[in-house]
Amino acid sequence: MKLSSATLAACLIAKAAAAGGVAPQDVSFAEDGAVAVSLSGMAGDPAAGARIMTTRGKGNCIACHAVTTLADAPFHGEVGPALDGAADRWEEAQLRGIVADSKKTFEGSVMPSFYKTTGYIRPGKGYTGRAAEADPMAPLLSAQEIEDVVAYLMTLKD
Amino acid sequence: MTRTRRRNALWAFAAAACVVATSAGADENARLVVNGEIEMVTRTAAPAHLNGALPDIRSGWTFRTTETQALQIDDFDNPGMIFVDKAMDAWNSVEGSEGKSCSACHGNPMESMKGVRAVYPKWNEAAGEVRTLVMQINDCRVKRMGAKPWKYTGADMAAMEALISVPSRGMAVNVAIDGPAAETWAKGKEIYYTRYGQLELSCANCHEQNYDNMIRADHLSQGQINGFPVYRLKNTKLNTAHARFKGCVRDTRAETFKPGSDEFIALELYVASRGNGLSVEAPSVRN
Ligand code: HEC
Ligand code: HEC
Repeated sequence: MKLSSATLAACLIAKAAAAGGVAPQDVSFAEDGAVAVSLSGMAGDPAAGARIMTTRGKGNCIACHAVTTLADAPFHGEVGPALDGAADRWEEAQLRGIVADSKKTFEGSVMPSFYKTTGYIRPGKGYTGRAAEADPMAPLLSAQEIEDVVAYLMTLKD
Repeated sequence: MTRTRRRNALWAFAAAACVVATSAGADENARLVVNGEIEMVTRTAAPAHLNGALPDIRSGWTFRTTETQALQIDDFDNPGMIFVDKAMDAWNSVEGSEGKSCSACHGNPMESMKGVRAVYPKWNEAAGEVRTLVMQINDCRVKRMGAKPWKYTGADMAAMEALISVPSRGMAVNVAIDGPAAETWAKGKEIYYTRYGQLELSCANCHEQNYDNMIRADHLSQGQINGFPVYRLKNTKLNTAHARFKGCVRDTRAETFKPGSDEFIALELYVASRGNGLSVEAPSVRN
């Protein structure tokens, strides 16, 4: 069966809601951009988070950020600051907010918003160059994937 | 961005280990003199219309590895020149219903096409439109030769663009952005700064704010098009500016514009104007 991204988005959102999670449009950001509660309603898995951060079709965080503990994955970028010691600089809620929608913390940031489903200009279907089929579209990362990434970021202490 | 840049500078030492493995230390201050005689301006003052958005403008050549840079120093080493030879054959070949070749009207391209590449895209008064070099080539093919137009980003077109660029090599890019071209230019500028796609990235996010930074394994340049069409080692062919634009927009997880679309014509004029003052380099060599 072929799932459209609309169905997929709906499923993801339904799943998040079912687990007591928060759908992308319902996330509440504090003044400083922080998000207090788990988006999936569950704890994150740091090992899964590390995989998401280094995987191209997922977070692909290392495209822009260097992370010493992920040095095994090749090619770390310099567009964003190195993430070493991120957990010393930020609270968990702030890290969640940065990953979910960085622009709420850093105005106009180059960093993509990973838990957002609408408001794009000419959104595409992945990297095909063709138009996206669904509006709202599936977020770049699911609620649980965000939690996994945040859990990994929380291990980054100097 | 200065803040980020400084933080990144610190990191650069640590990253050197993985970065240098692929980029054998690009020498951004190296001089490019082609065939020992064509002096290229690969770095110069930014044009006034940029209003300080860039401290200076740099050819994509300055961002490439020493090995890749070397391939552009002598035409014998430049794989792009093979396509120029092919285009020379096409230049002299009769095609279409009028029994004409390019040379029937334009003679020797090394004489007649001198300076042309440097000023395109350019306003065409008779047609009342901004024309890219590709559009002009196809206009000649259709209207004067009675031949079929070439595909906008196809091999024949890329090669002909490269051939027409050769006699302008070393001349400063100098596209006009005022008068009747102003409206198209402004549209191109708007596109350049629009954050497209699900990654919400504009040309400026990568090529103005982050040039010289690594994005994954790529050393970001200023995205200049003075070297286009470029021979890329990656796909071993000549690549046109519109094909490159399309690839970059696609990489933002966006619906791209089509090569030859009004949007990309406007963008080409605008991006070309950001390089006013750099030398025409095509066919250049990139990774
Ligand atoms: C296209 C580039 C890009 C990508 C991809 C990206 N970021 Fe960022 N990130 C940035 C930039 C730039 C900043 C700096 C904030 C600013 O000034 O906009 C930043 C800031 C951050 C910060 C705060 C850094 C600090 O130490 O102060 C964290 C944490 C972070 N990013 C995590 C992530 C994670 C996790 C991912 C992937 C899920 C990711 N980023 C993907 C560009 C990116
Ligand atoms: C996500 C980052 C990103 C965005 C956004 C982006 N580019 Fe690029 N672009 C690259 C990378 C990476 C390369 C290859 C390295 C280089 O030459 O900079 C590249 C290369 C280029 C080149 C080739 C330069 C040369 O000398 O060969 C041009 C031209 C270009 N981009 C134009 C654009 C334009 C115009 C836009 C907007 C429509 C754009 N880019 C948007 C990442 C990006």
